[in-house]
Amino acid sequence: MIGHCDCNNFYVSCFRVFMPQLRGRPVGVLSSNDGCLVARSNELKALGVPNGMPAFQLSPEVRRQTVLLSSAYALFGEMSRRVVATMQAHTGPVQVYSIDEQFIDLSGLSTEALQGHAAELRQEVQRSTGIPVSIGVAPSRTLAKVATGIAKKQPVFKGVCVLEADHPATLAHLDRMHVTDLWGVARRTGEKLERMRIRTALDLRKAEPKEIRKRFGIVLERTVWELRGVDVIRLDDIDQKRQNIMTSRTFGKATGNLDDLREAVRSHAQAGAEKVRRQQSVARAIMVFLSTPRFRSDLPQDYPSLTLPLPMPTDDSRVIVGAAQRALEMIYRRGYQYAKAGVMMIDLTDRDGLQLDMLDTQETEERRQRSAKLMGVMDALNREFGRGAVTLGGVRKDERWRQRNTRQTPRFLTSWKELPEIRMG
Amino acid sequence: MLNTPRSGEAASGNGQLGGHIAILGQSSVSSRYPLPLMAGEVRAGFPIHAEAEVDRILDLTEHLIPRPSASYFCRAKGDSMEGCGIYDGDLLIVDRSLEPMDGDVIVVCLDGELTCKQLGKWHGQPALLSGNPAYHPIALNGTDCETWGVVIHNVHSHRRRGL
Repeated sequence: MIGHCDCNNFYVSCFRVFMPQLRGRPVGVLSSNDGCLVARSNELKALGVPNGMPAFQLSPEVRRQTVLLSSAYALFGEMSRRVVATMQAHTGPVQVYSIDEQFIDLSGLSTEALQGHAAELRQEVQRSTGIPVSIGVAPSRTLAKVATGIAKKQPVFKGVCVLEADHPATLAHLDRMHVTDLWGVARRTGEKLERMRIRTALDLRKAEPKEIRKRFGIVLERTVWELRGVDVIRLDDIDQKRQNIMTSRTFGKATGNLDDLREAVRSHAQAGAEKVRRQQSVARAIMVFLSTPRFRSDLPQDYPSLTLPLPMPTDDSRVIVGAAQRALEMIYRRGYQYAKAGVMMIDLTDRDGLQLDMLDTQETEERRQRSAKLMGVMDALNREFGRGAVTLGGVRKDERWRQRNTRQTPRFLTSWKELPEIRMG
Repeated sequence: MLNTPRSGEAASGNGQLGGHIAILGQSSVSSRYPLPLMAGEVRAGFPIHAEAEVDRILDLTEHLIPRPSASYFCRAKGDSMEGCGIYDGDLLIVDRSLEPMDGDVIVVCLDGELTCKQLGKWHGQPALLSGNPAYHPIALNGTDCETWGVVIHNVHSHRRRGL
């Protein structure tokens, strides 16, 4: 079986760990540069505020009762790392899907044991990190994500839901679920399916896989199999617009050489930026991580990671590569042999939607168009001549990374002067 | 001064901290990049790889923080826990993964605020005790209180003007 873990309202939850006064109140987290909501607490969702809304569009009534905070990517990145580390210590291999979602290999556990194990894991993460999570367990990733949705929305499940592929309750739930609420099924695909009278997840499960493959391609065919409980989807298959994009690779041979790591991070960042552009998004932050070989307990171990906000939401390889290089310089430690490096593009949003939201000056618009042109040429060359035909050179050292933030919280985990304060009582 | 409240429990119970200091060994200059010390003989031509033969310099962080992913640094505010040896401005090391036990110094959420108390007994009942007589003990039966973490160490700097 496969487990899927989703951190509930992750960004808000990160703040609530250190600011208990935020519990039970509507809380919104703003992107660091353009003032749009990137996360909402349940209380804010209940007020009918949609995700991505610019803060200035909040009604005065909602605004008055809501606490708005700036993104704190260093905090989010470190809390995410702690969630993963806690899970790794208590369960099998963990596959990081995004900053707040993980898949867990739970093979070898009986169905009866799964429920207890998942509940324990959830409690352990909640206790060690303070982050509440929901866990879904099923024979495939698609069904595991369905299970997590149930665990999150229906309180009787207490945050854990185990779905068996052919259980009547599973079928009943799939029958109530719209097909576009499934992992990787886009709205446009949903419209096309609708014309074939496939509306619910159960309809899709019953569809003829060959037929689906002919009309929609192999990815949706896999979804059909996954809904039947067959584990066939690999993470890279999912063609949906993603909120985070991860590019990482394990080196053929572990290396402690900074130049090797620079080169790896540069190429991952560039590949990530390309994927961001392909799905017509922009990224608001990036995370860079390194890892020493986990099975070599005889070598000193180090798994550093760092999340940096980008100076503006962007799809520009130059900016993204620059930030990734800077993050690498900050986490690299001499004397360790790293086996893996990776870069994650975080908080992706639609490029087009963003342009409407932002109050742009003429100058930035001009710059963006220039950048779009350059990136377009770069992507075309790389498509034509193979990835890596055109790459970016070194980093400008004088880049300015200052954020324009107004509602900043203390840097609880990253500054000795801003540690959480405990009242002696 | 470096206190380990859990082990100093007996002493702090009567509001008095023992002044016993044991010399454990010399601390390393910097433990950020622990260097392996080669132990044993080095025979020419035979590099030694076995882990058993590598000694590492003592790492204070590793020693004080057995579960780094569940541990947080916090700052003590106020003087009400001086009876437990915690002073205003001390650096607290808080482990969230531990089950709080009688006598532990813990951080709890009280009225939306992270507050430091000692878990103990009052009239035979489990209660949150303060190091300050001005604060009344809070009996735990019926009170909704959530443990945030267990204070496993506090670091008190004696040189306030910087190092």
